[in-house]
Amino acid sequence: MDAKVTVNGQTYERDVEPRKLLIHFLRDDLDLTGSHIGCDTGNCGACSVLVDGVLVKSCMMLAVQADGATIETVEGLAQDGELNTLQQSFSDHHALQCGYCTPGMLMSATALLRDNAHPSEDEIRKGIQGNICRCTGYVNIVEAIRAASA
Amino acid sequence: MLLREVEYARPASVEEAVRLLSEHDGARALAGGQTLINVMKARAASPDVLIDLNRLDELKGIDLSSDGTVSIGAMVTYSELMASAEARARPILGEVSAQIADVQVRNRGTIGGNVCSNDPTNHLPPLMVALGATMHITGQNGDRTVPADEFFLGVYMTAAGPGELLTKITVPPGKSDGFASVTIGRDGTCIVNAAASVNGRARVALGCVDAVPVVLEADGADGVREAVRNANLDPPSDVHASADYRRHLAEVVAARAVQQAEGKR
Repeated sequence: MDAKVTVNGQTYERDVEPRKLLIHFLRDDLDLTGSHIGCDTGNCGACSVLVDGVLVKSCMMLAVQADGATIETVEGLAQDGELNTLQQSFSDHHALQCGYCTPGMLMSATALLRDNAHPSEDEIRKGIQGNICRCTGYVNIVEAIRAASA
Repeated sequence: MLLREVEYARPASVEEAVRLLSEHDGARALAGGQTLINVMKARAASPDVLIDLNRLDELKGIDLSSDGTVSIGAMVTYSELMASAEARARPILGEVSAQIADVQVRNRGTIGGNVCSNDPTNHLPPLMVALGATMHITGQNGDRTVPADEFFLGVYMTAAGPGELLTKITVPPGKSDGFASVTIGRDGTCIVNAAASVNGRARVALGCVDAVPVVLEADGADGVREAVRNANLDPPSDVHASADYRRHLAEVVAARAVQQAEGKR
């Protein structure tokens, strides 16, 4: 089946099998390997991307379902080689250790801050509830998002 | 995970969706996919054809009628229920939606998918039963309605049969409702849950303790505890809770749900 998507401003048109998950399409067909596959069961959130502005886990959506959609992934955050405010804040606050969950965390935080420019700590924690980090204990991630929103 | 090979159809109307579902034995409706795609990964379900409902505007939208009835399209997401001014006419709808999983899942998961999958640990089957909702089903032989307490037939089974589609759910007016649960992690899978609606007596529907929601009517939180004790529940035992512990929790969450409902009168 034909799928035409715009990812981070660039349009791609590919023939895809209906069984292909959106995360595999992004990683394997478009070579956008920033979005990660952590659990492949819908629990961990490492594959989170924005589809038409809506935060989703791309392992629970078929690539063909994204036909016609505008997708944002972690690769689209930095501009001209410069980390954006949120990314810089993650770096400044040591909000990552192994970094595997970070692309998903950044996309969830991006969605949260668009919706709510000044979230409380509770709102931040609720906003990243779908993203699991096994290294940090979340404290620095929450702090980084809070600082980026200030 | 690579899914088994599957065909995919994107019908342009509910009528076409129903036709496609009737034509293929191995066809399954794809709603939000937050359960179905995962069970397909595990090969617990292997449909031959997926009928994608996501672009059917007929199945979207929330309306509030002049008598206070809230009408919810089957493809309305939990996030849409939380944000809807119309759904606020029955506040428990948004309150329970906010307790389901996480942002990403709430953005894709649908009310229709939740009730039609009828996993006994889901939030919305007991809620719909407690609220006295009406399920609207369409098929090749026309439309019919089924009261929520007759819709849930067994684990993963509902009154929406092969070739049929749930199109919307109507919820009568009211506000004295409650919902309580014990979950695996905050907003995680329910170990036991209970929905209550008080209109004179309390009407309580217990989830996770049987294949379908267990309905009880009683007066007040103490009365409900006694009604749960007398219901001879035979809940499952698993790694999260023994049957005895689930029976105990059922009493606790039922009482909490009723107290919450009574507090909103």
